[in-house]
Amino acid sequence: MAGQGSTTNFADAFASVNASSRWKKYLPERIIKAVLFICAAASIFTTVGIVSVLIFEAALFFQEVTLWEFLTNTKWTPLFASKNFGILPLVTGTLLTSIGAMFVALPLGLMSAIYLSEYSPEVVRQIVKPVLEILAGIPTVVYGYFALLFITPILRAISDDISVFNGLSASLVMGIMILPMVSSLSEDAMRSVPRSLREGAYALGATKLEVSTRVVIPAALSGIVAAFILATSRAIGETMIVTIAAGQNPNFTFNPFVPIETMTAYIVQVSLGDTPTGTLEFKTIFAVGLSLFVITLAMNLLSQFIVRRFREVYE
Amino acid sequence: MAQTIRDQFDRRMDRRRLYGHIFHALCLVSIFIGLGMLAVLLVDIFLDGWRRVNWEFLTSFPSRKPEQAGIQAALFGSIYVIGLAGALAFTLGVAAAIYLEEYAARNWLAKVIQINIANLAGVPSIVYGILGLEIFVRYMALGKSVLAGSFTLALLVLPIVIIASEEAIRAVPSSIREGGYALGATRWQTIWRLVLPQAFPGILTGVILAVSRAIGETAPLIVMGALTFVPFTPDGPMSRFTVLPIQIFNWVSRPQEGFHEAAAAGIIVLLVVLLSMNALAVLLRNRFQRRLEG
Repeated sequence: MAGQGSTTNFADAFASVNASSRWKKYLPERIIKAVLFICAAASIFTTVGIVSVLIFEAALFFQEVTLWEFLTNTKWTPLFASKNFGILPLVTGTLLTSIGAMFVALPLGLMSAIYLSEYSPEVVRQIVKPVLEILAGIPTVVYGYFALLFITPILRAISDDISVFNGLSASLVMGIMILPMVSSLSEDAMRSVPRSLREGAYALGATKLEVSTRVVIPAALSGIVAAFILATSRAIGETMIVTIAAGQNPNFTFNPFVPIETMTAYIVQVSLGDTPTGTLEFKTIFAVGLSLFVITLAMNLLSQFIVRRFREVYE
Repeated sequence: MAQTIRDQFDRRMDRRRLYGHIFHALCLVSIFIGLGMLAVLLVDIFLDGWRRVNWEFLTSFPSRKPEQAGIQAALFGSIYVIGLAGALAFTLGVAAAIYLEEYAARNWLAKVIQINIANLAGVPSIVYGILGLEIFVRYMALGKSVLAGSFTLALLVLPIVIIASEEAIRAVPSSIREGGYALGATRWQTIWRLVLPQAFPGILTGVILAVSRAIGETAPLIVMGALTFVPFTPDGPMSRFTVLPIQIFNWVSRPQEGFHEAAAAGIIVLLVVLLSMNALAVLLRNRFQRRLEG
């Protein structure tokens, strides 16, 4: 650029050098930005991938089985000679174990949260909370082992009616697994309730119990409800505990003592078996997977909506 | 008259205090049930399996004889799959977080990506297995390989990495960025030289938590098609494989006592790895917090 003869206008040359160095300086910036954007968009591709795979494959399934049969038939025997494609037994199995788990996690988690937020000294809270959260980090296959080989023998010693594989044992252990989720999220919600509200109640002569149950819990209710819904959604999608401990018998029942099968356990059963891909039997896992995805997505959206819509904001 | 009202008040107050004490006790009991179950679980597994945890167990392949079965194939499978998945999730996740925190305009697209990430974190892990089977194994024809498995797990833990990295980047004070710009640094120079070093411990904590989640995942890899009986060490990214949790699952589902013992021993190995990773994450977090305050 410098050797273009003596008539070169200095200002022009300066501008062009400046422009080219700018170009050199900012081109990499633009490339970097584009690459980063693609990485951020990867999460969108994941969602698109999940939704399109499930819908596409499930659509092939529903060409052969009507949606009506899928939703209303009370028998699920796709792997047998006489085939029935009613998802209801898998749904009751899933509901049984999830609701059972919530019966454990809800009271224990909420009471733990109240203790940590309202009663415990700060030192205790700082130790107990992370220790409790270890429960959430233990792999589910470990809980499956614990349910089948520790809890179930105890239950069977108590009552002869309980089978080796049963919904009860899986529910109890799953409840312990999601307990820290309920307690941690509820505790966060309770701690964000301002002190002044509590102090107002104490000034009126309320006891600690009354402050906890009539002031703190109502004020934190949206966060607590959201925590419950998230935990339920987690229980519905949980796989290994129910696969190991609850059995692989799609029974249309709410009896917690007999073997059942959940939606997730069914998907694992087909994956482990030798069902050839492309057959109608194999396509069932996409229909079941789609149902599972829709149910958990609806619950997660509901929980986010409750937090946004009903949160009490304090200055 | 005044005396009876006073008596009545005292009686009620006593009753309210009593309820308070009962409630306090119940709360304590709840906490102890949670903590107690954790203790029982750990002790039960330790007692079941400690006899089998030795060098031979770590360096043997699975076997039809329970007393000879070991976890070498599963251990190497886990290391390969998790190593690849962790590296991938780290790169993708941190890049995505940088874009969302430092570049993205606060418009609808950024909002959609945010909501989408929150929802992806709530998708059951088994659904990721279906995704992996269809997209990586079949459509991209990677087969039921180490590579396909690590892609699947990387997508599964990606939301955890993104959310943690975003928080770490957000915690870097804007005065640091402004200092960079004032010295004529470009946006990327500012991020690379100033923001990321500050945010790194927080990002690392998130990555460790994500990896420890991935180590314990069983269902997505089963659905994706990982093997359950592998008498060889994977020899490359296209090799078929199994992982430690699947090996444990396989042993739990067998009726023989000996395999249950092997499963417990496998769980001990898995938990030792996981708990030390969690401890590392907590340590990093504490150090990070001290530095920000100091």
